[in-house]
Amino acid sequence: MAFTFAAFCYMLALLLTAALIFFAIWHIIAFDELKTDYKNPIDQCNTLNPLVLPEYLIHFFFCVMFFCAAEWLTLVLNLPLLAYHVWRYMSRPVMSCPGLYDPTTIMNADILAYCQKEGWCKLAFYLLSFFYYLYGMIYVLVSS
Amino acid sequence: MSTAGFNSQNGTGPGQAYSNGPSQNPVAIQQLPGVSYGMTHQPPYNPMQAKAPVAPGPGLYHSGYPPVSSYQPGPQLASYSTPPGQPLLTRPQIAGPPLHTPPQSASPSPGPRMPLAQATPPPPAVSSSSYYSNLQQPQPNAQPWQYNPVPAPMGTPPPPNSMSSPPRGPVANHLNPPSSSTAPPPPPSSSTAYSLPQQAYGSHSVTQPPGPGIPPTSLHGYNQPGVAPPPMNPAVSLSYSMVRPTYGPPPTGPPLSGPPPTMKPTPATGPPLANVIPPPLKADGTIAGNGPQSSNSYNHVDNKMGGLPPPGPPGRHLSHYPSLPPGYQNTAAPHKPTAPVHPAMQAAPQPYSQANQPYQQQPHSGPGQAQLSPSLAALSLQSSSPEALRVVNLLQDRNLLPPTSVPAPTPCLPHDLQKVNCSPEVFRCTLTSIPQTQSLLNKAKMPLGLLLHPFKDLSQLPVVTSSTIVRCRSCRTYINPFVSFLDQRKWTCNLCYRVNDVPEEFMYNPVSRSYGEPHKRPEVQNATIEFIASSEYMLRPPQPAVYLFILDVSHNAVETGYLNVFCQSLLDNINALPGDSRTKIGFITFDSTIHFYNLQEGLSQPQMLIVSDIEDIFLPTPDSLLVNLNECKELVQDLLKSLPTLFEKTMETQSALGSALQAAFKLLSPTGGRMSVFQTQLPNLGVGALQSREDPNQRASAKDIQHLSPATDFYKKLALDCSGQHIAVDLFLLSSRYCDLASLGCISRYSAGSVHYYPSYHQQHNPAQVERFQKDLKRYLTRKIGFEAVMRIRCTKGLSIHTFHGNFFVRSTDLLSLPNVNPDAGFAVQMSIEENLNDMQVVSFQAALLYTSSKGERRIRVHTLCLPVVNSLSDIFAGADMQAMTGLLACMAVDRSVSASLSDARDALTNAAIDSLSSYRHSVLTIQQPGLLSPACLRLFPLYVLALLKQKAFRTGTSTRLDERVFAMCQLKYQPLAYAMLMIHPALYRIDDLTDEGALNINDRTIPQPRVLQLSAENLSTEAAFLMDAGTVMYLRVGKNCNPIFLNQVLGVPSYAAVPDNLYLLPELDTAESQRTRAFIGWLKDQRPFFPTLHVIRDESQLKPSFMQNLIEDRTESALSYYEFLLHLQQQISK
Repeated sequence: MAFTFAAFCYMLALLLTAALIFFAIWHIIAFDELKTDYKNPIDQCNTLNPLVLPEYLIHFFFCVMFFCAAEWLTLVLNLPLLAYHVWRYMSRPVMSCPGLYDPTTIMNADILAYCQKEGWCKLAFYLLSFFYYLYGMIYVLVSS
Repeated sequence: MSTAGFNSQNGTGPGQAYSNGPSQNPVAIQQLPGVSYGMTHQPPYNPMQAKAPVAPGPGLYHSGYPPVSSYQPGPQLASYSTPPGQPLLTRPQIAGPPLHTPPQSASPSPGPRMPLAQATPPPPAVSSSSYYSNLQQPQPNAQPWQYNPVPAPMGTPPPPNSMSSPPRGPVANHLNPPSSSTAPPPPPSSSTAYSLPQQAYGSHSVTQPPGPGIPPTSLHGYNQPGVAPPPMNPAVSLSYSMVRPTYGPPPTGPPLSGPPPTMKPTPATGPPLANVIPPPLKADGTIAGNGPQSSNSYNHVDNKMGGLPPPGPPGRHLSHYPSLPPGYQNTAAPHKPTAPVHPAMQAAPQPYSQANQPYQQQPHSGPGQAQLSPSLAALSLQSSSPEALRVVNLLQDRNLLPPTSVPAPTPCLPHDLQKVNCSPEVFRCTLTSIPQTQSLLNKAKMPLGLLLHPFKDLSQLPVVTSSTIVRCRSCRTYINPFVSFLDQRKWTCNLCYRVNDVPEEFMYNPVSRSYGEPHKRPEVQNATIEFIASSEYMLRPPQPAVYLFILDVSHNAVETGYLNVFCQSLLDNINALPGDSRTKIGFITFDSTIHFYNLQEGLSQPQMLIVSDIEDIFLPTPDSLLVNLNECKELVQDLLKSLPTLFEKTMETQSALGSALQAAFKLLSPTGGRMSVFQTQLPNLGVGALQSREDPNQRASAKDIQHLSPATDFYKKLALDCSGQHIAVDLFLLSSRYCDLASLGCISRYSAGSVHYYPSYHQQHNPAQVERFQKDLKRYLTRKIGFEAVMRIRCTKGLSIHTFHGNFFVRSTDLLSLPNVNPDAGFAVQMSIEENLNDMQVVSFQAALLYTSSKGERRIRVHTLCLPVVNSLSDIFAGADMQAMTGLLACMAVDRSVSASLSDARDALTNAAIDSLSSYRHSVLTIQQPGLLSPACLRLFPLYVLALLKQKAFRTGTSTRLDERVFAMCQLKYQPLAYAMLMIHPALYRIDDLTDEGALNINDRTIPQPRVLQLSAENLSTEAAFLMDAGTVMYLRVGKNCNPIFLNQVLGVPSYAAVPDNLYLLPELDTAESQRTRAFIGWLKDQRPFFPTLHVIRDESQLKPSFMQNLIEDRTESALSYYEFLLHLQQQISK
């Protein structure tokens, strides 16, 4: 049992995924509030938009770490989400500030439903990957 | 009267005002323009007041404004270059110009709206192909629209021959409130919006003795023989004693003096009601029995009554409506057609028909039986089908256009409900029969949505002054004609079915001055009504009318010469600006610098202050730039007189529009108000600078059109800030070159402004455009205006709003923020059905517009529309409103072009036509026959879709300037349906042989009514003259061999060759022909708010191509003819 770089990567990913889970929960709550009229779309977009890039960067960061640690299976599992993030950010509306959400279109029922679904899917993904990283960390620690 | 429709200050005109409650003056107050409205106790508006925190009111945004006058030492004011030739204005040196702290941007508070009294509804199924292309998998092919997901597997298709819906089984009477209606009141924190004080309602010990329960006799023959009148609760007796205000005098013999005979007061011995199903009654029976059309051959309803029903004796009048009788319900005899929406019914004396509304005036006889397609002969079984479902083979019947305008279909409602229903001019639904479930709607493949014109100028509008505005306690719905009274003290909301108490005040009826008849109050008798709101509806003291004009004075602008016209118009109309003694006005001009005008009282002449630091804009003297109009009128007039000469010799070509808008925002943000921006070129300096994106060589390309979406979000963000401070921005674009309207338009779009575009405006080269600008300005300056408005659209539980279309900012799922609202703004709403409407017979929609009038009054205008729910496809098709569908589809297509691509939108439009017709063919018709079959109510739908495809907004292959295309898109989304329809499908008339036959008579003017012709060159002949009315432009085409009498008597020219090239005004000749022609054209112009230019064109005129492009039934180089389009549809359907 030795503390390898891979083990370090998994531990880091574990912590960061926990953070991402909070991001996802925050996202879900925010859109639910929009849907039930509690929040103004301008406010909500102003709070959500600054969080988008950090989330994507955190995910990108530990993908790079897994690449460096040559954890190929883990990397492949994360690639679809990485690609989705890149695509999502490329196809964002014209905006001068970072972020994805435009207060003028966010109240459209289709976009609202899409964002809600996106939140739930991401939450599920992060939760599953949390346990996978836990398993991966223990496996790496034990096997090495 | 002909112009009254648009010029009347409605609500303040002849509308009745009702005072409320016995404690108040029971005499109806006549409100006249200019009279103060009991708001005199309101202190004169002080802008500083608004800065103080205001008591939490029903509002959208934080009421506290940051102090705007907090200045810090700022950068030095830039150099004053004093160009020569400006002797009039003195320019004071401003030492150490203060840096202005920008006011806090719009930071709306957490929504004060309470949640709907419903569990979180399941999100709409996004997996079904939605209007927005799937984000994850951008599909190359156009997806069908949202209303058209995968068709659910059909069970047994409804028998197409029996047009009545299958029996629905026992209908749960919704008078028994469902358990959810007893939802607890919302948490206090969320009840700030529209919060009524929790009233201690009067005890309910006062129970009315049951009145004489005379069972209703079968007046209209909708009582089934053998059905004994069930016992009913007599307390809900109802009679229409109220004079229903018509929306205008009908064309002949205005019955303003009294209600139609059926609305004669009947003593309050109406039908008793209980929780039993009232005898079934047929709406068609009542409607058909009422109008003069009883002889019409499509009405196979047993019309026991010919002609007008006499004023019924007591009890005969089936005034059911408090119990919302399921009259059109399916317990009726199955042979009865359910929805005979015959166009001729439109001529039934409708309370809304008015003089200047041509659309429902003439008894329109529709295509006669003689025109029935031969294919119908095979459908002998269907001969009893209602007119709306009459099968039309589009490939064979060419002549489908009605002789006059297409009327709106009448919802298939019981007569007494329909009688009080909202006017289709104000509130219209694409499907006048709402499907019961979303799957049924998906099967019908038609869009479901509403089209609204909420602030329309109405010549008569009941206004209620009441200290208590009665609303549902759970969903905040305003009381309306479609609620049901359980007894004298309780009413059931028709949107959420909660049982509410009737407040004590509401028991008194100010109209009849009687007590104990809450159902006779004007609120319950009018689907369109206006309330004077109390201070609970105010977030801050009502703002004064504030007008700020931002004028482009660059070289390009001076070249066009618009300043003269603008200043002259404003000088002429300065006393007609809507407002009161608090009205404020201000001016900003800009080129590469921003010029402010100090108009403070006491100055001998206006002072011009130039700020050239456009990167960091500040207000030089914040207090004196926006001045009281009445106190400083002379200075304002001085300024307007000198402005055109002031910049005559300017050489400045740059335009810093973005900075000027920022300055204006700072100036207006303490009060809110209206900004009118006049721009003549692409802004190219400072913030918000734009680049030309248009490639002129690509204008005609059949490939995709680029650059329909904004290039920058500067204007959008500024518009949102404006919206938060109750500022609307109206944009007047007068440019011959590309101005990037797609980006600039955002400033108006999200701040609820309006866009006016005058391409190639020039004072000498384009006199027609100048005249149009002049007339439009007059209308713009003098029309009614509402400030700091919000509009909420509520609908019966189970329905939900999917998307809004129009100019506004969507604040929450059903609330639109409208900094200003004007009478020429239309809105469209896409709806979806979230829960099944199984146990409902009717659904209601209510649009409530809360605004501050120009007189500083807070008012609420409420429109309520009631529509039946049906559960068979044939009924849905029978209720389809092809014009409304076209209007909604146009809005959806605009969205699609911007979010996806133009070709995508075009495909989706074609698919919409294919889907609805194939659904009709496969699900409604059983006997399959060749041809392209359509129900009569959709017979023009393919034509309209083709017209949309050939419209400027969506056409390809024809050279179209990008700005004009974007402007057409704006108009499609923003205009009320009636005007948008003219843009889509112009009306063509032959006008060289006008006769008085069938003419209208309005105010002693005889207005000939020529027939609407098909838009095809085969109708044009060289011997005649034709008028094409395309909404904002009219073409009068004179044929080569035109009747010399017409040339002589109408145009005043001796021969065809002498017709001048740029004739845009008909000479006022004293001949019968000239008078007729001018009367007809004038009448057409009076029907719309803005001024259409008239072009007289000959064969060799420059404008001939644009005339020919409007002949949409013809083939062009790049587009199909109507017949080819139909063949294409048929091919797709039979696939």
